[in-house]
This record gives sequence, structure tokens and C-alpha cells, in this order.
Amino acid sequence: MDENRHTRFLFTRRAVLETATATAALCAGLPQVALAVGPVDAETSPVPVTVELQINGHPHVLRLDPRTTLLDALREHLALTGTKKGCDHGQCGACTVLLDGRRINSCLTLAAMHDGQPITTIEGLADGETLHPLQAAFVAHDGFQCGYCTAGQICSAVGMLNESRMGMPSYVTESLALARPELTDAEIRERMSGNICRCAAYPNIVAAIRQAAGGPA
Amino acid sequence: MKAFTYDRADSAVHAAAASARPGAKLIAGGTNLLDLMKLQVETPTELIDINRLPLDKIEDTADGGLRIGATVRNSDLAADHRVRERYGVLSRALLAGASAQLRNRATTGGNLLQRTRCSYFYDVTKPCNKRNPGSGCAALGGFNRMHAVLGASDQCIAANPSDMAVALRVLDADVETVNAEGEVRVIPIAEFHRLPGRTPEVDTTLKAGEIITAVTLPPPPPGVQIYRKVRDRASYAFALVSVAAIVELSAGGIRSARLAFGGLAPKPWRVPQAEERLAGASADAKTFDAVATAVLDGAHGYGSNDFKIPLTRRTLRAVLMQAART
Repeated sequence: MDENRHTRFLFTRRAVLETATATAALCAGLPQVALAVGPVDAETSPVPVTVELQINGHPHVLRLDPRTTLLDALREHLALTGTKKGCDHGQCGACTVLLDGRRINSCLTLAAMHDGQPITTIEGLADGETLHPLQAAFVAHDGFQCGYCTAGQICSAVGMLNESRMGMPSYVTESLALARPELTDAEIRERMSGNICRCAAYPNIVAAIRQAAGGPA
Repeated sequence: MKAFTYDRADSAVHAAAASARPGAKLIAGGTNLLDLMKLQVETPTELIDINRLPLDKIEDTADGGLRIGATVRNSDLAADHRVRERYGVLSRALLAGASAQLRNRATTGGNLLQRTRCSYFYDVTKPCNKRNPGSGCAALGGFNRMHAVLGASDQCIAANPSDMAVALRVLDADVETVNAEGEVRVIPIAEFHRLPGRTPEVDTTLKAGEIITAVTLPPPPPGVQIYRKVRDRASYAFALVSVAAIVELSAGGIRSARLAFGGLAPKPWRVPQAEERLAGASADAKTFDAVATAVLDGAHGYGSNDFKIPLTRRTLRAVLMQAART
């Protein structure tokens, strides 16, 4: 039941995205400045950089103002708007993506720094129509209210579970000698502290991650 | 953000030479620099990316220590099994800092070079001698809850925000650099960060055209290692006070101890006289109080941060009691 509801939701989102992409294509003939982000500095015109981003397994060659963050490249140049801009200063985690499988804040890194590197966004997690286990768990546990932080929460949780499987410790890990610290609720909360949810869906987010990690639902 | 050109360094020496050009800045993790550039606190005209330099290794040294490359990420350093086994205080300090996402990008060299989080330094509409020399210090009579109580000057009361540097200070780490001529220099961590005095715009003793290549750790000293951080939230917040301690116990008390403090000063703070008081002392409240008094010698609050003085005393006592129990 929950699955069906989510599938419908996905279709709706996809339709919106396709429309947005089509609109972007129609606008392709317009001057590039129409798509530029932020004020353009008139004193010095930046030398553009060419970068090939490997997003969700697909190469994208972009010619960018060097100031373009990875987040803005995704949202404004590739219409991958699943990744959200919250604070734009690395404080909220809404922009979390996976760089070579590791979670990072896409707002605090330049697209130019990631030429040729594999990046996974929320759009790249599902396998066709089959949700990623963490996406399914967030739906099952209602791990959101407004949903704005959700893409970042889910990408962060994917990275966090990788870190946990590799045995990385956290600030609350009792003993640094443990090869693989147990993923208690306290561990999940500490490891997810870089993702803020202003609706405070935290109990359900923790429950979703606990389930996806293989713990009790 | 102001416009800049972007280039990648192909060697540390090339990066050092490029960084000496006016307006040039090196970028590694970028987690602090880009934040500052968005606010136009930093306005480089040229960015040199050093992420692809081969400075990302952690190696054993001949004397039984570790050599940590400048671009080793904070998360990788915290998780390294040698660091976890022998330098637990460093692992703990790193894990106490920032968020997992930031630690995945932030580097060893960048962590040492991060700027203060003084809110007036960040606010370009306010005077700040560190950002704009000679403009004044808005923090002196402003909201200075996060600011220094030791080592400050009448020009600047900003605190160093790093957790990692506090652990490096207690471990007596060295910072290794290279310049455009290829000359290597070793700077003891105690001399790396500087006090503001009359030139608060200069955070470190790194020279123009000099780049950090590595941080080396001597073999770990004997004793239990503790890092305790007190902050406004349970996670993901800068320290009000933090204590890095290495305490060696004897049958009757304490044989030797090292203490470094974060959140209190413009640099990680150590007081040799306080550590000397602990050597051969009994592990009791009287000793701990005397040690705290020695640590806080010359401490001065600026209003909103007065609480840091008693908080340091209590945090130190808790850390030493914890050490005595182990």
C-alpha cells in the first residue's frame, strides 16, 4: 500500500522533472546568462572551466563559471533538482550527495574540483522503479514531514551505512578498538548530526535508518 | 563570490610557488574557504586546487610515529587503525569536530589553516581587525560568548575553532612545509598558530609561498588519552571548552600529564607549569584545583564568555577524575 502510494508520488515528480527538462531545452537558445546563478561580477569576467561530471553513471560535459558549486551544477545546469539547497553553507546537510560513495556537502565544493569523479545523487539511488532500501524505509516510517531535507537525509544515510560497514568510529563510540561499532540509536543520531530536519522528524528518520541497517523495525 | 580563475597544481612546489602570487589561494577540502568566499570574507582572484597531489597517505615513521599527508581527510585520519590504537586523543578530537560530510572533505592541512568562527569576522558589515586590519574589534564589546579568555589582545579576541589542533598540540606534532624553492621546513605545532597581538590578521607562522605537506606525530607518550569537548549541542557545534589530556598514572597518583585546551584562546593552549604541578602529585580535588588555577593564570572574560573560566575549571577536574579512574 505504502509502496503504491510512493510509486504514484514518484511518477508525479518524474512528470514535473521531465517538464522542467523540456522547458530548459526550449530555453537553450536563450543567452546563457539567463541561467546564471547569483550576480555576475562585471569587474573581472571569469575564465570558464570545462568539467566532465559522472552523475549517477552518466557523463555530463559542462562549461562553467569556476564559481559554480557542485550543488548549483546539479540543480541549475543539469536540472537534477532532487538535491536541495538549504543553507548553502554546509550547516544543514540538505545538499548531501555521494562522491565516490562518500557523503559530502555539495554546496561547499566546486564542480570544477570533481572532473571525472563519480557522483551519486538522490535521483541515482533507485533501481528503475524499485526504491533504494533507505528510500523505502523512509516511506515506511514516515521519515519526513515537509520533505525538503529528505534527499539529503537519505544520501547521508547511504554514506553513513557505508562508513559503519567499514568500521569507522564516531564521537559516541565507546571503544576505538572495536572493529565494527554496533549501530545503536545513539550512534545513528551522532552520525547523522550533519543533517538538520526543521520539522523534527528525527525519531522516524532514526527508525527508518535502523530498519535499513538491518535492525529491528 | 568574487570571480577567480581555477587551476590544478601538479606538484607541492608548484602549488607553493603559485600560492605566493597576490590574490592566490590554495584549495583542498574547501569547506571553510568556500564558505568564507560566499560571504566575501575571502576574495581570492586565483584558486589552486591541491586535491590531486600525492599528499593523501598516512605512513609509519622510522622512530615509531606517523606522518600524515596534508590532504588526508579528517574522517580517514580519525578511522585509521594506527591513530585509533596509539593516538586515540586525535581520533576523538577529529570525531568531535564538524559533521561527517564535512570531515569527509576537510583535510589535515586545511584544518590547521581554518579561520576563526568569530561572528564579527564573518560579518563584512562589522569592524574586524583580523578581516580588515585597523578597522577595530566588534567582539570586544559585542556578543563574545564563543571568544577567547586567554592569549587575546585589545585588537582581537577570536578563538581558534579547531578540535584536531588541540590533540596535535598535546601530542607535540610537527607541521612540515615546502616552499617554491623546494626547501622543507618543520614547524613545531606550538609555534604554528600565533597570538593576535597587534597583527591579528596573521593566524599562523606559515610564510607566503609556503605550503603544508604533512603533519608528523612522534611516538605516543605513555598514559591514558582523553578528549572532552563541552558545547552548546550534543553534536556538530564548536567547543566552548575542550580538553585534550594524556595522563600517566603511578601507584600513588599521577606520574606525568599533558594538557591542551580548545575554545579558550587564539591557539591550542598549553601551560607547562600546570603540567609540572601534576607530575608526581596525588589525584585529588586539591591537586586538580591547583592545576586549573595554573592553567587559567591570566584568564580574562569579556562579558558573555566569563563563564568559560569556571567551566574550564570544572571540565578539567572531570577529565582528570576520569583519567584517575582508568
